[in-house]
Amino acid sequence: MKFKSVFDIIGPVMIGPSSSHTAGAARIGRVARDLFGRQPAWAKIHLYGSFAETYKGHSTDVAIVGGLLDYDTFDERIKTSFEEAEKLGMKFEFIPETGNVDHPNTARVVIGDDKSEMSMMGISIGGGKIEITELNGFPLRLSGNHPAILVVHDDRSGCIANVANCLYKYDINIGHMEVSRKERGDMALMVIEVDQNVGVPVMEELRELPNITQVTRIAD
Amino acid sequence: MDVLFRNVRELVERAEQEGKLISEIMIEQEMLITDRSREDIMQQMDRNLTVMEEAVEKGLKGVHSVSGLTGGDAVLLQKYMQQGNSLSGDLLLDAVSKAVATNEVNAAMGTICATPTAGSAGVVPGTLFAVQNKLNPTREQMIRYLFTSGAFGFVVANNASISGAAGGCQAEVGSAAAMASAAIIEMAGGTPQQSSEAFAITMKNMLGLVCDPVAGLVEVPCVKRNAMGAANAVVAADMALAGVTSRIPCDEVISAMFEIGQAMPSAFRETAKGGLAATPTGKWLEAKIFGGSVVGSGQ
Repeated sequence: MKFKSVFDIIGPVMIGPSSSHTAGAARIGRVARDLFGRQPAWAKIHLYGSFAETYKGHSTDVAIVGGLLDYDTFDERIKTSFEEAEKLGMKFEFIPETGNVDHPNTARVVIGDDKSEMSMMGISIGGGKIEITELNGFPLRLSGNHPAILVVHDDRSGCIANVANCLYKYDINIGHMEVSRKERGDMALMVIEVDQNVGVPVMEELRELPNITQVTRIAD
Repeated sequence: MDVLFRNVRELVERAEQEGKLISEIMIEQEMLITDRSREDIMQQMDRNLTVMEEAVEKGLKGVHSVSGLTGGDAVLLQKYMQQGNSLSGDLLLDAVSKAVATNEVNAAMGTICATPTAGSAGVVPGTLFAVQNKLNPTREQMIRYLFTSGAFGFVVANNASISGAAGGCQAEVGSAAAMASAAIIEMAGGTPQQSSEAFAITMKNMLGLVCDPVAGLVEVPCVKRNAMGAANAVVAADMALAGVTSRIPCDEVISAMFEIGQAMPSAFRETAKGGLAATPTGKWLEAKIFGGSVVGSGQ
């Protein structure tokens, strides 16, 4: 079941006009920022399907930029996110794409600064709920049924054991796990679906582990 | 994931066997799935209800969207009702005007609570605040109205779709209207089975409804579709309370909605490329608002 909570149906509280194209878009932007770990200096946002056709009318653009600025769906500042981004020196551009994608509401968010860059693909599945389908070229097969943790790390021995040990310490059970890497010794990604919600202390401890670059959770 | 119900049949059976309200089953399931306390869950829904009240209040004072396409109709309807000559009756028009009020606020980028989506956010609160005057519910019963709506919406979202881009307007306003209709039944003292009948009757009359927003804005025809969704919900609730039943079971109506959505060309699924959006006036409005083209080159 993709929709777990009654508040996925009666909610979210949000700035209009569209749950999928505004609230969902803001959430896609916010997850990207969360994964990046800081305010990006620039953003290139590719829009597909219905997103590409109607993004201006639905304020999808201001919502994604708002998300990149860490605004929640109900944050009034979403309306003036372009001005806020300018004040903070974040450059952004929107690129409507004509290519076919699996889901009509798809966005690829490419963000970066002088240190690094990141690419993430997100879809908005209705009522404000989103799924992340790709990160830095790694396809993600998140069921969306459980909370998930994404761990970007260097491909070194012991990384996976350390993360699993840390989750065990907090009594968090792993339901599904995938590890992929670009090349041996290069950047790798762990996608871990868990049964329990992951609290802030766990996240902080995971971030402190050796060879871990980035840790983000996706709430169910 | 363990859930108490996966479809409407299981929801109604559980409620009737345990002698509980549908809202109660939804609250119990939420506690089970999220590990949160009843108090916590009730408080969150209370806050959502407050957001809905504030949105209606704001809309009834009169709002206008940036595009100028929508706004002010909720005020017109309330004034008309006060003249006392309405043909369809005060409760129905009240529901319609409050649904319109909410969606006018949504179109003006105000704060709303999605039920189940933002484009369809008017129907559930619009009907709630209209039947409120007739049934005089407690605050808790008003909160329960939202859980009952949510229980039915939960089934639709997981077994079909609540996304206009995936299933057309039938998935959004159609779902919202059917959800509201089921919730009216519970508030009016009807049975869980009657809620299911009202849901089915409403949804059947929303099947095939396309999503064709003019200029891609959640304004035309969305605001008026919320109005008629609210009207549909109230009338179907009366039909079910009168003892009228649906020949096609609720879950099969939901499946039919999903199948129709899947077969719908993308022009009618929130791309602003077909239907009312593609009419000469629809295109003219689009050009007027966006200066020639809605699909531009970005910034």
